[in-house]
Amino acid sequence: MSHNDTRESADTQSGEFLTFALGNEEYGIDILKVQEIRGYDAVTRIANTPPYIKGVMNLRGTIVPIVDLRIRFKLGEPSYDQFTVVIILNLHGRTMGVVVDGVSDVIALTTEQIRPAPDFGATVDTRYLTGLGAIEERMLILLDIEKLMTSGDLALIDAGTEESVAA
Amino acid sequence: MSSVQSGESSPIDMSQFYQVFFEEAEEHLGEMESLLLSIDPLAATSDELNAIFRAAHSIKGGSGTFGFTDMTAVTHELESLLDKVRKNELPLTPDMVDALLVAGDVLKLQLARHRGQSDDVPDAEGICERIRALMLAEIEAASTAPSAGRELSIAFPVPGGAVDQAALDDLASMLAQIGELLTPLERNGDMRTLRLRTRAANKEVRNLFAFVCETDAVIIEDAAQDQSYGFFEDEPGPASKEIADDGFGFFADLPDAPPAAASSTDQGYGLFSDVPAAASTAAVVPAQQHGRRASDQPAAEPVRAGRRDTDKTVHNAQGDNASIRVSVEKVDQLINQLGELVITQAMLAQQVSQFDPLLYQNLLNGMADLERNTRDLQESVMSIRMLPIGFVFKRFPRMVRDLASKLGKQVQLNTEGEATELDKGLIEKIADPLTHLIRNSVDHGIEMPHVRTAAGKPAQGSVTLRAAHQGGSILIEVIDDGKGLDREKILAKGRERGLAVHDAMTDAEVWMLVFEAGFSTADAITDVSGRGVGMDVVKRNIAELGGTVEIESASGYGTRTMVRLPLTLAIIDGMSVGVGDDVYIIPLATVVESLQASSRAVRSVAGGGYVVEVRDEYLPVVSLHDIFPGSVRNPDAREGIMLVVESEGVKNAFLVDELLGQQQVVVKSLEANYRKVPGVSGATILGDGGVALILDVPTLVRMSRH
Repeated sequence: MSHNDTRESADTQSGEFLTFALGNEEYGIDILKVQEIRGYDAVTRIANTPPYIKGVMNLRGTIVPIVDLRIRFKLGEPSYDQFTVVIILNLHGRTMGVVVDGVSDVIALTTEQIRPAPDFGATVDTRYLTGLGAIEERMLILLDIEKLMTSGDLALIDAGTEESVAA
Repeated sequence: MSSVQSGESSPIDMSQFYQVFFEEAEEHLGEMESLLLSIDPLAATSDELNAIFRAAHSIKGGSGTFGFTDMTAVTHELESLLDKVRKNELPLTPDMVDALLVAGDVLKLQLARHRGQSDDVPDAEGICERIRALMLAEIEAASTAPSAGRELSIAFPVPGGAVDQAALDDLASMLAQIGELLTPLERNGDMRTLRLRTRAANKEVRNLFAFVCETDAVIIEDAAQDQSYGFFEDEPGPASKEIADDGFGFFADLPDAPPAAASSTDQGYGLFSDVPAAASTAAVVPAQQHGRRASDQPAAEPVRAGRRDTDKTVHNAQGDNASIRVSVEKVDQLINQLGELVITQAMLAQQVSQFDPLLYQNLLNGMADLERNTRDLQESVMSIRMLPIGFVFKRFPRMVRDLASKLGKQVQLNTEGEATELDKGLIEKIADPLTHLIRNSVDHGIEMPHVRTAAGKPAQGSVTLRAAHQGGSILIEVIDDGKGLDREKILAKGRERGLAVHDAMTDAEVWMLVFEAGFSTADAITDVSGRGVGMDVVKRNIAELGGTVEIESASGYGTRTMVRLPLTLAIIDGMSVGVGDDVYIIPLATVVESLQASSRAVRSVAGGGYVVEVRDEYLPVVSLHDIFPGSVRNPDAREGIMLVVESEGVKNAFLVDELLGQQQVVVKSLEANYRKVPGVSGATILGDGGVALILDVPTLVRMSRH
């Protein structure tokens, strides 16, 4: 997965980002990967899966897996209410959903506004960060959502298909 | 698409229409091939010939428009030849059918190259040359035939020497009506001989002898052709003379002669030629080509296609419906949207059901209509995905024909039940396994003609492909009348490969051995089959489709392979069961029965497992709670409901909390966006819009063993 780091980060710098909240932190993902945003409901649990995989839901006839990023990043106790939002992503023809605490807005960032992410060595692996975005007083954590969702440790897709999707 | 040649000075971008042309051309080629394979050169009707001609003509027109000049060149030759044939200027010969088939192959290759699917450059010039040579040879042959007809020398026996002179006189006068008697009746031992010049077909002449003797005993020979192809005189008996005679009849028969009805020997000469006859025609044609160089002859003037052709359209077996071409994605999209509609309708119905029927009668009536319409719509949409299995079958006549001639065997392929419908997804996936089975039948099953004759069987073997609905599944059989499987050989091979075999195994068990990987009893590996890869793949592919395969065989009598498949992969009948808070669907096909588990019938066995006694049978209990942990309720195995399921011949009792109902479910892929989940074969959408997982029973049973 590391071989295409440089290319990936060069691609995703500067552009428009959808920002959302996970606990008290603000994150941003490439708007072009987002298919739609919808409420959280009727997710069918799949047994024997990690806790952050909430299950699958019916998106107009398509079965879509739902990942709770709050659980994945260990950001507090997740609650599910009418404000809980699912961001539906379209990554290489695969549709997936991520649960977040709330969507804020869409922000355009220039290359200068994006700083390289320091090595936290923490819960959020820097491999999945494209950088930190600075807008006045706010700081956005820019996620490489594609790499995150297709990575092996999320076990969202079969090992065999992982490479073809990530490549 | 680099190989596409641009249309001449065309200001319009034609490339957007290429796809349409490719698909149409493919369709026409397919139609042409199936027509050619079914045509009897002796009795080709003008409808058939016109249909072939039209197919070739359409391809020519299209390729010309789009600038695929190589295809235009080949179809031009095809068209010229076909035009002469359909106008009765030339008789149709088996050689022509062969050449036309090869030309079809060349066109397919060219088409594939234009589509960028292949880099092979087919020998277009070769086939054009061949067709031109055939055409010239035939024109020559036709023009040298005497205008008054063929000269026949006829011999017939007079039974017991008792001659009824009146009958002979009648015969002579009847013969005089259809031609010219060149010599009077001559006596030659028990036989009477005569020479006749006639335009009538042999069959017609033969029938005139019905009053004098057995028509089968009449020997009719073409006097003129006899001399040039004298090598047939060595063949003993009237039967072989008959073959030779009919064979050469193609060259000499005037086109307006009524087509001879196909007798059994005639049929042999049709598509699957008798070996000696095939050899002879092959020998004759090059000789004729040699005799005249193409350049000596004035180029055959291709006759333009009659654009005002008002002939009735001829339909072949497959194409008798007007149809439009729709991509599968569109159909699948339609099915998905319909699923949404069904769910919305169910949701509305649920809410409306709480209304007061007296106040909202019209609304409730409307809802009832909506429900009925939705159900009708669902049935219609689902039927779109169903295709007749003839789509698969139609590729096999050609394959069998080519295989048989390559192996020097005579094989007749019969197909039955082409109209049997099954899901498109299955149709595509069943083609390869069937190809394998048929190839096996032709290669390993059917014996060489001399072996068959020695065994008292007809020299021509038969392979039958039959499809039929049987309950909720479709049964496809591949039946051959070949030598059958060799039990001893398979057992020996099984031992050699270290499989668990013993002499007391039943035949059925022995036959299943051939589905083991790497198993082949072929003595020699041919390029057709025999490498032993295949049957295991066949079985696996069929199992993946949710089907089964069985073999029946009798030594010396043949083999029957039975493939059983579910009708569709898109919809299954399911039993929805509750396990804790979760709902799962169990395919109804696996469910044998369900019963309330009484604590008396459930017994624990060492190691924490349970068995349940069902009518004197102890079945292992598989608790879905254990396999899918995490739901709220977790009752004792002594309560709940036992669902007896059978998979791979083994029965198990699944313990669930409740039975929710039985319904048709639309199978959705989990893997499309997620990954494979152990024990789950797919997912479906329930009436309330929620998702339920469909259980994979065989895998669950295996999982429960660990």
